[in-house]
Amino acid sequence: MKRTIPWIITIVTGFVLVIAEFVPPWGKMREDVLIYFQIISVFAFFLGGGSLLKINLQKVFSKRTDWEYALVTVVGFFVMLALGLFKLGNPEMATAGYAADLNANGSWFKNLFDAVKAPLSASMYSLLAFFIASASYRAFRAKNSDATVLLVSAFIILMGQTFVGVVATGWMPDWVSFFKVENLSLWLLAKANLAGQRAILIGIALGIVSMSLRVILGIERTHLSGGDE
Amino acid sequence: MADASPIGIFIAGVLTLGIFSFLYKDNPVYKVCEAIFIGVSAAYWAVEYFYSALYKKFWLGVIPPEGSGADPDMWLWGGAILGVLMLCRMIPKINWLSRWPLAFIVGATAGLYMMTFFVSNAMNQIASTMQPLIQDTFLATLGSFTVAIGTVTGLIYFFFSKEHKGIFGGAAKVGIWFLMVTFGASFGYTVMSRMSLLIGRLDFLFSSWATNFGQMF
Repeated sequence: MKRTIPWIITIVTGFVLVIAEFVPPWGKMREDVLIYFQIISVFAFFLGGGSLLKINLQKVFSKRTDWEYALVTVVGFFVMLALGLFKLGNPEMATAGYAADLNANGSWFKNLFDAVKAPLSASMYSLLAFFIASASYRAFRAKNSDATVLLVSAFIILMGQTFVGVVATGWMPDWVSFFKVENLSLWLLAKANLAGQRAILIGIALGIVSMSLRVILGIERTHLSGGDE
Repeated sequence: MADASPIGIFIAGVLTLGIFSFLYKDNPVYKVCEAIFIGVSAAYWAVEYFYSALYKKFWLGVIPPEGSGADPDMWLWGGAILGVLMLCRMIPKINWLSRWPLAFIVGATAGLYMMTFFVSNAMNQIASTMQPLIQDTFLATLGSFTVAIGTVTGLIYFFFSKEHKGIFGGAAKVGIWFLMVTFGASFGYTVMSRMSLLIGRLDFLFSSWATNFGQMF
């Protein structure tokens, strides 16, 4: 029963939504399901947040290695959560109540986002620029034909987007303008890259269709595994 | 950050430097910044989802504001019940109930996306590839041939039911080259996006933050 009912839910939901595609009056059902996804995802976030808190609080109370950083995570989590959920310091609260815009100018939630979340996020990702540089030094050695094609293509795309690349091939006469790096870069993106992208997209689509069929026909049950019987 | 307060700009700059301190080596300042990032980000997305989905879609759907003229949509309770069942995962005795919303999500995703992906990713892409090969100019013709050959050989590479030998193997090899061009282009774009983020942070440090720092102290 613990696995049979969910198995039936999967099959029925899948079948009904595929049929709904061909029955126009059932079209709203597909929209409703998307809203269901959003509602369930909120609870999934609560589950994730709860798990984050549980792990970090356990670390703090048992004074394990680096428990101080776990405490910082918990404090950061609660501060942001309180400012957002209760809309503390939100100038629109007085007039609109809880319907106030969460990101209203001057709200503490937005201020914390601007001063902490946004710069930390951008800095964290920009740090990758340094690691990409060192990784490409190792990866971009033309060891074989495949690696050489990848290297040349990435080099042309990079040069085509920069001032140096444009200047370096700017001297070329018009009759060979196709070989100017900015034109070559555009052609690579619009043709050769497009062909590769299409092959990948078609492959993904066929994979999704076959996997969906396995799920709807009840053959695929891995999502029901784990835990108690 | 244009309308941010001086204290906000100051904090943003300090946190940016804290993250960049990792370039020297792993250190306590970086770890503190990382811990703040994890906590604040998790709470930020929880709050955003709470208000955009639970409040706006569910709550205002089942209890429409007075004067809006909308009828309560009782179907939305189904989503909320499934969501609550998801939380059962935290209670060991009834954690098997959390399989119900999971089963719904898997079944619904299969039902929704099977047709969507088949139409948009497979049929539309195939239709776009099936174009006349001979065009008005040599470059346009070259482009059409490149797209057609690249797509077909790329698909041949992904066909694993037949051994990649002989003509089939040669076509698969050409397919790999086209895929390598695609990966190279993606890599180039990723490098560019990360570099532009880095330039943005350095620009912030040397302009807004430095100016603000001078005014504060």
